[in-house]
Amino acid sequence: MNLNNDKGSMSTASSSVTVSDQFPAGLRVLVVDDDPTCLRILEKMLGTCLYEVTKCNRAEIALDMLRTNKNGYDIVISDVHMPDMDGFKLLEQVGLEMDLPVIMMSADDSKQVVMKGVTHGACDYLIKPVRIEALKNIWQHVVRKRKNEWKDLEQSGSVEEGDRQPKPSEEADYSSSANEGNWRTSKRRKDEEEEMEERDDTSTLKKPRVVWSVELHQQFVSAVNQLGIDKAVPKKILELMNVPGLTRENVASHLQKYRLYLRRLSGVSPHQGNSFISSHSQEPPYGSLSSLSGLDFQTLAATGQIPAQSLATLQAAGLARSAAKPGLPMPLVDQRNIFSFDNQKLRFGEGQPQHMSSGKQMNLLHGIPTTMDSKQLVNLHHSAQSLGSLNMQASAHGNPSGQSSPLLMQMAQPQSRGQILTETSGGQVPRLPTSVGHPILSNGAAGAMLARNGIGENSRGTGYNSVSQTSSVLNFPLNHSAELPGNSFPLGSTPGISAGMSTLTTKGGFQEEINSDIKGSGGFMPSYDIFNDLQQHKPHNWELQNVGFAFDASQHSNSLQASVDVTPSVLVNQGYSSSPRNVQNSSVSAMGKPIFSVGEGSEHGNALNVGQHLNSLLVDNSTRVKSERVTDTSCQPTLLPQHFGQEDLMSAILKQQQDGLGPAENDFEFDGYSLDNIPV
Amino acid sequence: MENNPLHQQIATMRQSFLDEEILNDQFIQLESMATEDDPAFAEDTVSLYFQETTKIIATLEEEFVKDPIDYNALEKCLHDFKGLCVSIGASKVLIEVNKARACCDNGNIEGGKAALEKVKVEQETLKAKLDSYFQLVKQS
Repeated sequence: MNLNNDKGSMSTASSSVTVSDQFPAGLRVLVVDDDPTCLRILEKMLGTCLYEVTKCNRAEIALDMLRTNKNGYDIVISDVHMPDMDGFKLLEQVGLEMDLPVIMMSADDSKQVVMKGVTHGACDYLIKPVRIEALKNIWQHVVRKRKNEWKDLEQSGSVEEGDRQPKPSEEADYSSSANEGNWRTSKRRKDEEEEMEERDDTSTLKKPRVVWSVELHQQFVSAVNQLGIDKAVPKKILELMNVPGLTRENVASHLQKYRLYLRRLSGVSPHQGNSFISSHSQEPPYGSLSSLSGLDFQTLAATGQIPAQSLATLQAAGLARSAAKPGLPMPLVDQRNIFSFDNQKLRFGEGQPQHMSSGKQMNLLHGIPTTMDSKQLVNLHHSAQSLGSLNMQASAHGNPSGQSSPLLMQMAQPQSRGQILTETSGGQVPRLPTSVGHPILSNGAAGAMLARNGIGENSRGTGYNSVSQTSSVLNFPLNHSAELPGNSFPLGSTPGISAGMSTLTTKGGFQEEINSDIKGSGGFMPSYDIFNDLQQHKPHNWELQNVGFAFDASQHSNSLQASVDVTPSVLVNQGYSSSPRNVQNSSVSAMGKPIFSVGEGSEHGNALNVGQHLNSLLVDNSTRVKSERVTDTSCQPTLLPQHFGQEDLMSAILKQQQDGLGPAENDFEFDGYSLDNIPV
Repeated sequence: MENNPLHQQIATMRQSFLDEEILNDQFIQLESMATEDDPAFAEDTVSLYFQETTKIIATLEEEFVKDPIDYNALEKCLHDFKGLCVSIGASKVLIEVNKARACCDNGNIEGGKAALEKVKVEQETLKAKLDSYFQLVKQS
């Protein structure tokens, strides 16, 4: 987030949210749409509102323009469906890189797409034909965003607590579209102005960014859990964490993101999320959950940022959605497991050495403290075994790194209960140790998940290269799916993958569904080649392709030094959209991003579907199977990891997750097979 | 007052478009966006619409005879077509476009092709009417 108070703002004053007299006249709007009639009309309408309009018919060009002229625009309006880049991807990139408010628009008014916009962080969503009345008020998004930034700044210790608590925004909601993320926005412009002036003195403008490392995040989550999510206020969290140099403001903004993330995951308030986790016990539908949450979790896990609870919630949410089940309850349990993944993995590793080509691979999850139940372990073990065998096969494909096996194992594990990685105890984010370079999953899903985790750990991209190698591993013949326990519940780290995997395996039919779903989704699911394989029995090029996907997400986080919480989803998203099949990402190596061959529409359909499901949480959907055309040009795994602060990523991820959760059901045809089918 | 009959005629035509639901309020909005330095905004936008939709129709016709059918491409085209229709308020064309989309979504290629033919018919009708309409407008 750009704490710059002067973001090409509408006012000339130094403080960020001061508005000039003419405001909102002169607001600088960038409109991106490949439809020339729409561009023309918008230009006209915005001109009528006295805004300064710049038109652009290609997303890539728009991004360039934004990058070269960082403070040149106040707000971006973008179409959802564009040939060169998915609008949601653009949305994320803009949010991450420039932190500008982005309004999405489309002729498509289906709820899923709108939800996707919300979860990806759009500050509004307009249905075409756009009316001028809708455009007249877009300035509010600019002001709101700046206000929020200031708020973050303000929430530092230097300010009195009372002043800064984000007030429920009475005024906040005059935005037309759902603005889920804006629970904290209250537009107290006047106050802000005053505050800003004060702030100028306190120079909170350019606070050094705090890197939310896995450890730090775990501490944060523990603190939050200790206090109880409802009672967790920044000040207390800060005290509990007792980290020198950490300010309340840092904690506050992180908390906001965390809350958003939880909400996205579960669709319920963060409060509830926790309860779910504890209440549920293994429910079958993990499959779907896992798929959904798998990705998310993965990312989360990877980054180590997501506390067990979140994961649980996420999973729950994911699962619930995917399964079309009322589900929250279920997934929660699983979620817990997600964090437990680590433990399990560890155990797994031990248990399965025989299966895995490299016994160590199981250690993917080593890093993650997990509290898996024995049952889970069993499941995991079971799955691991199946995976193991699969892995073996996959490995046979020539995947040098035995790591892929662990991935597979991981995938297998989650099954049934999805508990895998959830960490019940204080916020340990299962970082699924993809241990560095675990070859994550050639199987798109698995890989993605693991990759993510690994990434979190590796954070530093080391893993990715290995991932690529492992990609072959994932190819394990899906035939074996039968062996894998249907429980697809993805272990924390690989929630997505496992979920995907398990679901796949459990049902033969599934795969088909998946396949069909995936087509076109391209985006994320590259890792799901596994599915493809199942159907096609051929090792797929998961190699890196899939992996890249997951990694990207995690990578991203890694680059941030694992400070990012859940960026993976963000990254993932990007990776996918841009790379239609074989996104071989050059960036992979750089970031270690596994490249998921997302692009392959139908081919990977299966994988994608699964992946999507998983990813749905995370990514939102560029991968929607049908609608999204994963035609992105470049997979971009390189989502600028370095630029974004964890906050950005976190929000992005959160958004994605939210997004993923919502549409998941509808988008993916395989909803049907969700959880129900998975034998527990 | 010589313009009166002309204006009257234009108004009547416009109303008939609305009544027959060939066009909807969006078109009226377009007309209201004309400014002094851009008096033919609506007409220009409509021309742009026909330019784009002609291309899309050509692409659709190609796609419909491909083997195997690329559903994504079809969907994309039809989605774009829909966007164009809503931009200018071409409601009847939109209805046919939506039918074509529904067919394609269900894998019904023959249905899609038939729907495309209807789309073309509606397009022609719309074009003819708008051409004469704008002729009148220019005269006024």
